[in-house]
Amino acid sequence: MNKDIMICGVGGQGTVLASKIIAASAMKEGNAVHSAETIGMAQRGGPVTSHVRIGEAFSPLIPIGGADILIAFEPSEAIRNLRYLKKDGLVIVNRVPVKPTSLGCSTEYDGKAEIEFINSKCRCLVVDSDEMCKPFGSSKFFNIAVLGAAAGTGELGINEKTIRDEIISIIPAKFHEKNLAAFEQGCKIGENNYANQ
Amino acid sequence: MSKKYVMGNGAIALGALSAGVNLVSGYPGTPSSEIIETVSKYPHDGTYLEWSVNEKAAMEVAAAAAYSGARAMVTMKQVGLNVASDPLMSLAYVGVKGGMVVVSADDPGPISSQTEQDTRRFAEFARIPVFDPSSPEEAFEMVGAAFEYSEKYKTPVILRPTTRVDHAYASIECPDTFKAKKFEGFVKDSKKWVIFPRLSFQNHAMIEKRNLEIGKDFSSCRFNTVTGSSEKAVVATGVSYAYAAEFLKDYPDVKLIKVGAPYPLPESFLLGALEGVSEVLCFEELSPYIEESLLKLIGKHKLNIVVRGKLTDDVPSSGENDSDSAKRIISRFLNIDTNEDNIGLSNAPQPPMRPPVLCAGCPHRASFYAVKKAMKDKKTYFCGDIGCYTLGNAMPLDMVDTCLCMGAGVTMAQGFNHMDDDAVAFAFIGDSTFFASGITGIVNAVYNAADIIVCILDNSTTAMTGHQPHPGTGRNLMATPVEKVSVEKVLNGVGVKKVITVDPLDLDKAAAAVRECAELKGVKAIIFKSPCVAIAKPDKKMRVDSDKCVGCSRCIKEIGCPALSMNDGKAVIDENLCTGCGLCSKLCPVKAIGGVEE
Repeated sequence: MNKDIMICGVGGQGTVLASKIIAASAMKEGNAVHSAETIGMAQRGGPVTSHVRIGEAFSPLIPIGGADILIAFEPSEAIRNLRYLKKDGLVIVNRVPVKPTSLGCSTEYDGKAEIEFINSKCRCLVVDSDEMCKPFGSSKFFNIAVLGAAAGTGELGINEKTIRDEIISIIPAKFHEKNLAAFEQGCKIGENNYANQ
Repeated sequence: MSKKYVMGNGAIALGALSAGVNLVSGYPGTPSSEIIETVSKYPHDGTYLEWSVNEKAAMEVAAAAAYSGARAMVTMKQVGLNVASDPLMSLAYVGVKGGMVVVSADDPGPISSQTEQDTRRFAEFARIPVFDPSSPEEAFEMVGAAFEYSEKYKTPVILRPTTRVDHAYASIECPDTFKAKKFEGFVKDSKKWVIFPRLSFQNHAMIEKRNLEIGKDFSSCRFNTVTGSSEKAVVATGVSYAYAAEFLKDYPDVKLIKVGAPYPLPESFLLGALEGVSEVLCFEELSPYIEESLLKLIGKHKLNIVVRGKLTDDVPSSGENDSDSAKRIISRFLNIDTNEDNIGLSNAPQPPMRPPVLCAGCPHRASFYAVKKAMKDKKTYFCGDIGCYTLGNAMPLDMVDTCLCMGAGVTMAQGFNHMDDDAVAFAFIGDSTFFASGITGIVNAVYNAADIIVCILDNSTTAMTGHQPHPGTGRNLMATPVEKVSVEKVLNGVGVKKVITVDPLDLDKAAAAVRECAELKGVKAIIFKSPCVAIAKPDKKMRVDSDKCVGCSRCIKEIGCPALSMNDGKAVIDENLCTGCGLCSKLCPVKAIGGVEE
């Protein structure tokens, strides 16, 4: 299998864990995997990206126009990285915006125009982190929930069960229950909405 | 044996462990920090590990191990090599017995650094061989090879990965347990190990001769490769090779030359690779190192080859390369049409800027705010330093006037004080940076009678690079607990008479300490002590009472906490980000913000 998956968001949203689980699951299924993360100063509230390359790849970074799937934890970050998406690629995007701190109270940014633009330009699945995380009491579960949504579309090319096993092996036991529930719920959202595509 | 999915830095660590490394030392610095952390996570029977106080110390600790015949590795980022350059330059003359690998991670971009310096230049300057990996897999191989070359030629060998190699993940096949090599031990021989002008003179001549030999050896080295046969050739180095190879996979006839062992220059390899070539494009990051080397080689051999690259403006002189620039630059060089059929983005909304900020609840925010409040309307100099607290420069705090390099804040504050004693000169320095390079600057201030206030932002960790321990934390990589080195006692010991320790989250007390110090002559120190929020678990959160909030947005405008924003004219706090530090509650004019127990 050859599949390039890009995950983007804002530092602190948990993109790294999502990419680690995808990479580990793809490997479990016998694929060669390369990946790359943003680390360092940029992590402090800045834009972050993870590149996961399944199959043959020379470089750790996905070329422009090369990503099969873009998983965006935030609407404007989806726009920032949309150039990486293949023309017929799939975007899974969270509609809930993260407002930049420096703007604080002056910003008009609410993510709506971004979602509209993505909807008009590409195949996409729009999800809502507030709704998805409400049952679990913290937005920290969004990374696993959106991973479920991606798996649910069937386009990740990785078995849901494999991902579930990797969640269990990577995440500490006391967080298994909520994360697995978040994942299941995400899978359903992915499956149901994908059928409508 | 098993496959391990690790970061490039992990691959370097596994390479060293597989080579039976006896000692690894280093100082944290992005993008190099995870090398030592990975070594510490695997069983490493007989391997001594340390986070040294700075890169110079790390280099010297490792040198003694190599003098003893042990295998030693020392790790740092590229600016750390500047700190360690004194021992390194001399070590090149003296040489080693056991293998010594110096890992200096470069940072094209730069992504997390002050400079875009190129360690290959440093290697040439120091007359030390250097390897330049293009992938984590190659970095793993190169560590083993570097130890072998080091022992064969009795010289330290540099490995210089770059950020994209350090932080890329790949599968590495290697053993599951490791055993350090047996080594002879130090054999006294003052003619060999004590550097004197006469020894340097002799060894300088020997090194120049030897490096020609290493250049010949590198000509058959597996890290220098050539594929394809075209008249127009591409030479690529490091991760740029990976980008070039990815683009050229559809054009296998194009000659692609990889230089993974660039110094001493593998002349005969390059002359062979350039046979039949009329024009060559050098695709590399940082400095035009290979480009200039080729120009010299072509001049020396009077070859008729056009060299393109940074010097001809075909490749940008700064910033990092990527797959996109590889495609653009190489296709232009080869006159290849690349049809773009991407999503049209011309009318996409502009994404907002997201400069990095201090975390919600970061105690540095409170320290800066206390100084700002206490020094309102006073003439001041705020000399910053290297660490998370460099982010105190951002609006609305705006509390960093200068930042140069590790430890420079302490000494620059003195320079400003000597030029302008009407103002109050402050230095802000973190605890890890204080131990790394702040202490000598404070001695300088005491000795030269400067009037400065040194603010030690003590969050009990090395936060920016991933929370490594340091001398003040009470643990090292071999044992816990170890005796804590007390910042306060160090300050007292070097003659700082006024030292106040205060919790920055106690805003009134913190500001009072600043005011008190500003009235005194001489060197004063305030230790703002509060743990990093990334390692201390919060026990409460703050919440805005929206009935009381008048929407003045003072909390947002004064401190710029990422957990605070306005919604429908009222301040709101993101509960997932808030750590309950309470700074916002202290400056709310209508007391609308209060704590909620977790």
